[in-house]
Amino acid sequence: MATNIAALLETLRETKVWKSIFRRGPANSNRTRSIAVFGNLFLHWMPVKVREKALQVRASYYLGSISLFLFLVLLVTGILLMFYYHPAAPSAYRDMKDLQFVVSNGVFLRNLHRLAAHLMVFMVFAHMFHVFYRGGYKPPHEFNWVVGVVLLLVTLFLSYTGYLLPWDQLAFWAVTVGTNIISAMPVIGDKIKFLLLGGHIVGENALLRFYVLHVVILPLAAFVLIGIHFWRVQKDGGLTVKPKDSDGK
Amino acid sequence: MSDTKEPTLPQSSAAPGADLNRRDFLGQVTIGALGIAGLGSVAVTYQFFSPNVLFEPATQFRAGTPDLYPIHSVTYLQDQQVYIVRMPEGFYAVSAVCTHLGCVTQWKEEAQMIACPCHGSKFKPDGIKIEGPAPRPLPHFGISLTADGELLVDKLQGVKNTQALRV
Repeated sequence: MATNIAALLETLRETKVWKSIFRRGPANSNRTRSIAVFGNLFLHWMPVKVREKALQVRASYYLGSISLFLFLVLLVTGILLMFYYHPAAPSAYRDMKDLQFVVSNGVFLRNLHRLAAHLMVFMVFAHMFHVFYRGGYKPPHEFNWVVGVVLLLVTLFLSYTGYLLPWDQLAFWAVTVGTNIISAMPVIGDKIKFLLLGGHIVGENALLRFYVLHVVILPLAAFVLIGIHFWRVQKDGGLTVKPKDSDGK
Repeated sequence: MSDTKEPTLPQSSAAPGADLNRRDFLGQVTIGALGIAGLGSVAVTYQFFSPNVLFEPATQFRAGTPDLYPIHSVTYLQDQQVYIVRMPEGFYAVSAVCTHLGCVTQWKEEAQMIACPCHGSKFKPDGIKIEGPAPRPLPHFGISLTADGELLVDKLQGVKNTQALRV
């Protein structure tokens, strides 16, 4: 059986289609493995070699990975919810109720999106505290710490903009209170509030603006920043290694 | 000693920009043009995001004839989020929006006070703060009588909280 699969793979490697896609032989030496990493769009920005310690699994290792996983869950469920949601004042609340009571599995998707969002905020904070208490902000990780802080803010803004979309009383007053906090900023506060709401009150313009921020601008920002964040983890020499750990322990 | 050194004067003999070759000149013009275009884009984007027409409740509205409101009464107008307060000295138009974080307050007849459901601020009927996180009293709006005898409130016109409309 195993020889059959190996033989099949060998035959596949000889085909023109395979060769046009991979343009290399099997990755069975350090050199060919490097070529495999360099020649792959999704791997080429990763280091060819990673310290074994950097890949060691600790209990707290998962906090960042769980945050990423929740982000992917939110991406998938969010895109699915968009198929039934109109970001306009008369229909937004009805669409949300339709998702709960009319659409097949709609209540599952909506609750998954909502709970994953709550959980992501919690996990991102837990991740931040873990990195902080382990000294993960120290050189050479300072830049990645700053990227992480921006990612925390993006997570919070994603949460906040998503909170308005059900268009119920809770959403309305949360955003009324939140944008009034913004307007307390000296000099530019009222201007920022006006631009964010597209008016003086939380109305149709505000709903549409928060929707665009929630489904396009902030996820794109998060996507790019997550890419930089993960890339820097590897480029900075893997996850935080305490000096105590580095002497062969 | 460095502090006794003569400051180097600009070379006044050469014409300004004489040492600039064509390549550098074009480079600087390009950077300048891109800078102006960049600033322009920021400006027009800012304009684009500021709506010119808003579909929001009118800031000026009629509140009916004075005899609709008994003396010593506080009437809440939901669409405008304004209290029409009638006291022996006259009429006040008091904002119903809490000065803390913008929640809409409620008139509590039994306690004779205006209370905010969000964070517990309390106000007297004339908007004076009794307690709570609200930093300021509820603002008063301009109130006047139209020619045909109706109350007219202007939410863009703020007035002192002692200024009452005598009818």
